[in-house]
Amino acid sequence: MLQPDRRDFLKLAGVAGVTFTAGLFPGQRASAQAAGNFHFVQFSDTHWGFSGPPNPDAEHTLEKAVATVNGLAQQPDFIVFTGDLTHTTDDPKVRRERMKRFREIVSALRVKDVRFLPGEHDASLDKGEAYKEFFGATHYTFDHKGVHFITLDNVSDPAAKLGDEQLAWFAADLKQRKPDDRIVVLTHRPLFDLQPSWDWTTADGAKAIELMMPYKNIVVFYGHIHQENHHMTGHIAHHAAKSLIFPLPAPGSQPKRAPLPYDAAMSGLGTRDVTMADKVTLVELPVAKG
Amino acid sequence: MKRRVFAALLIGSAVGGSLRLAAETSNEVKILAMKFDFTPDTVKAKVGQPMTLVLTSMDRIHGFKMPDFGIRTDILPDQETRVTITPQKAGSFTFFCDIFCGDGHEEMNGTLVVEA
Repeated sequence: MLQPDRRDFLKLAGVAGVTFTAGLFPGQRASAQAAGNFHFVQFSDTHWGFSGPPNPDAEHTLEKAVATVNGLAQQPDFIVFTGDLTHTTDDPKVRRERMKRFREIVSALRVKDVRFLPGEHDASLDKGEAYKEFFGATHYTFDHKGVHFITLDNVSDPAAKLGDEQLAWFAADLKQRKPDDRIVVLTHRPLFDLQPSWDWTTADGAKAIELMMPYKNIVVFYGHIHQENHHMTGHIAHHAAKSLIFPLPAPGSQPKRAPLPYDAAMSGLGTRDVTMADKVTLVELPVAKG
Repeated sequence: MKRRVFAALLIGSAVGGSLRLAAETSNEVKILAMKFDFTPDTVKAKVGQPMTLVLTSMDRIHGFKMPDFGIRTDILPDQETRVTITPQKAGSFTFFCDIFCGDGHEEMNGTLVVEA
């Protein structure tokens, strides 16, 4: 069973960062308790294979994040990676080498139920061909303790589209849900127009959001923007995660979306613990130094 | 969010003969796209004066997106894609490639500077 206050628990474990609590599933207290609360960890934008001044520690950051999560006294039920597992390369052989090494590193996670989805760095240059060889389907669903998870692929099309075929699949899956079912959507790019001048959008994301609107208890977790961000489209919350390679500036805060300068404390990097109950509680987990 | 300021947009292929829907185009600016730059990456325009951007890729397919003008188009290799705009507002407006083209894609952008 989940402990009564997960934030206190994580503080005791010495890993808690900023906590964000949202009123997710307000009408679902009874069913959430009946189904059982749980927590999972979100990794995002690990960009394995990147090298450069924005992160001189790039070869070790992912391993440190794995160690941080392995050090949680209460292990998550599962772990999700919301895209850009690897840094892009034009060389298909190097791409596969990076995916192989990435998979080796994350195989050290104590939790073995690990779910992946692609980012544009993984999948846009070959329409997901290499990604599928290593990680399987780019969009799929799964269920966990009464919550329905849907992963969406908005990167295998290099124009950042979900596409009509996937949208039809998404609509068909949602039609099987009741309006008050608990639903989590996982994707890489923001589905809404977060910052169009920086291309922080999904070309046809508005269609996906329209499909989601009839569902009262639905939330989105994504990556891509390399920082924590919380946004509402109507009643739907969208939560962006930090990356594990370099942070990017706040949307529109400067003319260009260039990486922020390296910070030896790695304060802009991390993973996230997500507790699913009648509310969602997000606890940012910094990367352990050393 | 900035107000959309475009007045006219036309896209055509020089190979097949460009479809000219905007009658009063006063000037043209050629922009070459190649991983991972637009050349030139700064283009000047004047409020109220039509301008045609003639876009050509030198290597692979790229995208051209200028959200403030509601414009996006593909840029194809060895073909001219023509975009005509008539700015209605002074300022600096970003354009960028929106088709992922590799390591450096995120830096493939430019600025349209519109003077009063």
